[in-house]
Amino acid sequence: MLNDRHTRIVVCCGSGGVGKTTTAAALALRAAELGRRVVVLTIDPARRLAQSLGLTELDNVPRAVRNLPPGTTGSLDAMMLDMKRTFDEVVLSHSTPEAAEQILANPFYQAVSSSFAGTQEYMAMEKLRATAGHRRPARHLGSHRRRHAPSRSALDFLDAPKRLGSFLDGRFIRLIAAPAKLGGRAGLKIVNFGIGLVTKTLTTVLGGEMLRDVQTFVNALDTMFGGFRERADLTYALLKEGGTAFLVVAAPERDALREASYFVARLAKDGMPLAGVVVNRMQPNAARGLTAARALDAADALTEQGRTASAAALLVHADVAELAVRHRALVRRFTAGHPGIPVVEVAALAQDVHDVAGLREIGAQLAG
Amino acid sequence: MPFAADSLLADGFPGVRLHVVTGKGGTGKTTVAAALAVALAGQGKRVLLAEVEDRQGISQTFDVPPLPTTEVRVVGAPHGGEVIGLAVDPKAALLEYLQLFYKLGRAGGVLERFGAIDFATTIAPGVRDVLLIGRVYEASRRRLDKKHHRGSAPEDLAYDAIVLDAPPTGRISRFLSVGSEVAGLARVGPIRHQGDSVNELLRSGATRVHVVTLLEEMPVQETVDAIGDLSAIGMPVGAVIINQARGADTEAVAQLDPDELARDLRSVGLDPSPATVAGLLEQVRRHGERVTLEQKQLAVLEDLGRPLVTVPFVVEGIDLDAVTEIAGLLAEQGMVP
Ligand SMILES: Nc1ncnc2c1ncn2[C@@H]1O[C@H](COP(=O)(O)OP(=O)(O)OP(=O)(O)O)[C@@H](O)[C@H]1O
Ligand SMILES: Nc1ncnc2c1ncn2[C@@H]1O[C@H](COP(=O)(O)OP(=O)(O)O)[C@@H](O)[C@H]1O
Ligand SMILES: [Mg+2]
Ligand SMILES: [Mg+2]
Repeated sequence: MLNDRHTRIVVCCGSGGVGKTTTAAALALRAAELGRRVVVLTIDPARRLAQSLGLTELDNVPRAVRNLPPGTTGSLDAMMLDMKRTFDEVVLSHSTPEAAEQILANPFYQAVSSSFAGTQEYMAMEKLRATAGHRRPARHLGSHRRRHAPSRSALDFLDAPKRLGSFLDGRFIRLIAAPAKLGGRAGLKIVNFGIGLVTKTLTTVLGGEMLRDVQTFVNALDTMFGGFRERADLTYALLKEGGTAFLVVAAPERDALREASYFVARLAKDGMPLAGVVVNRMQPNAARGLTAARALDAADALTEQGRTASAAALLVHADVAELAVRHRALVRRFTAGHPGIPVVEVAALAQDVHDVAGLREIGAQLAG
Repeated sequence: MPFAADSLLADGFPGVRLHVVTGKGGTGKTTVAAALAVALAGQGKRVLLAEVEDRQGISQTFDVPPLPTTEVRVVGAPHGGEVIGLAVDPKAALLEYLQLFYKLGRAGGVLERFGAIDFATTIAPGVRDVLLIGRVYEASRRRLDKKHHRGSAPEDLAYDAIVLDAPPTGRISRFLSVGSEVAGLARVGPIRHQGDSVNELLRSGATRVHVVTLLEEMPVQETVDAIGDLSAIGMPVGAVIINQARGADTEAVAQLDPDELARDLRSVGLDPSPATVAGLLEQVRRHGERVTLEQKQLAVLEDLGRPLVTVPFVVEGIDLDAVTEIAGLLAEQGMVP
């Protein structure tokens, strides 16, 4: 995948804490070592990632990683999505200074640009598109990842831009943005009754000022974007193009693998190119010859003889072996349920991944 | 397994009715919230276990059918205790709410058709959260006779305690400050009013926010950050719950010698092949590394000065038995009166 120069965007997705950031960074580093020019883009604050790459901070612009392994022929940049700034940039680059000022000062805009359900995902897509669209770095592989925490379901990633787009282009927003226009056109009494009722109820429930803020906001956006839905569609098209690969990251746990299954099915349904599934943090077993049950029995016997050190070692092994067996069984079942989809296992390291060496080790395992 | 110093034990949280459980994604919020509900029910309490993330975590944890948008009994306990589950759905909450206060009738359908319900529940900033918490707030005040009254006697209330499986640390402060956030946008009206009432409950002595963490660097860092943020907005923080702690007899293994290990293995009839001996030593080394890291993180948590509660890693995985076992451990460590 990394050697294929046609692959320009890798999207790592999966539920929270499974290792998306780590996987994305490990892949990016490996790609850089293979001579590619890479930027790794993360959605959430990734202090650890910044540290492990020797950067003091990550922000909205790519920063060059300097402590790459000797012999690296490519380059690696890292950046973090600052949602509000990205939204502001989009506004600034698409409107006149006066219009921009008006939008940026709108209270509804201010709330929306940092807490809109789905804005984070939407803006990540905008950023991704903007970054991938840069022609200067001739071959540019954007590893973008998202994390689960800010959204309700991992699938929001695919739904959010559309939901946002169709909302902003939708009937309801037209209605509150330009009630006069719609009211004049609508001949049917029932529609008029509906509009009146809807605006009245919303005004009572939310307060008139909030609705007025929404109106100003939507009208302003409208003049500069001319259709959020089209933009969302464009971003979608980019993701379906040949140059994109999705990686679903999961942990060897029932819930995480169940969520990975949903994700795999959803990507297939939307025609998004799935490169494979990474099962991260597999329990490694360094003494496979010894089962958990035998280790436990032996530990009991040794404890009776007062051989506490050896007994303790066997107890450690019993847990390791049992977990390793369970992880293996879960992966086997997942693989059997998803024939034809490459599944790569990555072992849990004893320590957190906190430096380039750790990322390289993960990268080596990802390469198989 | 690392156990907290005596000074950091929980006191059972007397007078607390709303337990909010947060933590970094995947650390065990749902599992701990479920176990806490079971522990409270074990004392004969009627407990509402509510989730707000549209994930059906309660259904999965207790292995019961997906929860509807209404309250349903999940498990019983001795002495009349029981756990009632609720998967709060913002749309249903909004419609119920409009019905309750505005006697909307068929207008609800019109609102839905025009996308107004979608607007309020997914787009309007903060409104969704107000609805989610508002639903929990409503349940907290409801009496057995279904009426709501300020200052009802505790024995008349529908629930003795409520456990909320809340959003993760990254979003918890925003979620719990919905009242204030909405106040900035909706300056009047019932949503504003609802926000204010919710605020009052959240900041009262009847609420505690517990943070679930693993003894790993990132979850611990998020725990520290979240507790700082919560304190800054005046939310009362309860216990820090260390989940998935590994058992460790580090001192014993520290003295391990390869030759002695091989001899011991042979003495109990195991094959002391070089690969097995080397493998065991390697695992002991890794285990030691991990324990050292855990100790370092434990020290960071101890510095917070909050009650610490430890839940071991359950190697067999989480099922109802495991939840019940964890409930027992929570009770022993002072999470319930
Ligand atoms: N003490 C424990 N021992 C073993 N496994 C555990 C333990 N606690 C939780 N788990 C497992 O860890 C995984 C995550 O737990 P859980 O779903 O409770 O976390 P969560 O914080 O609610 O996650 P999310 O952020 O996705 O809602 C589950 O597979 C659960 O069974
Ligand atoms: N294979 C692994 N072995 C050890 N630690 C890991 C491994 N993969 C991830 N981690 C650690 O787990 C934590 C969460 O990983 P992260 O990549 O940030 O998850 P996500 O981005 O999915 O939330 C980090 O501290 C990371 O160092
Ligand atoms: Mg992360
Ligand atoms: Mg959960």
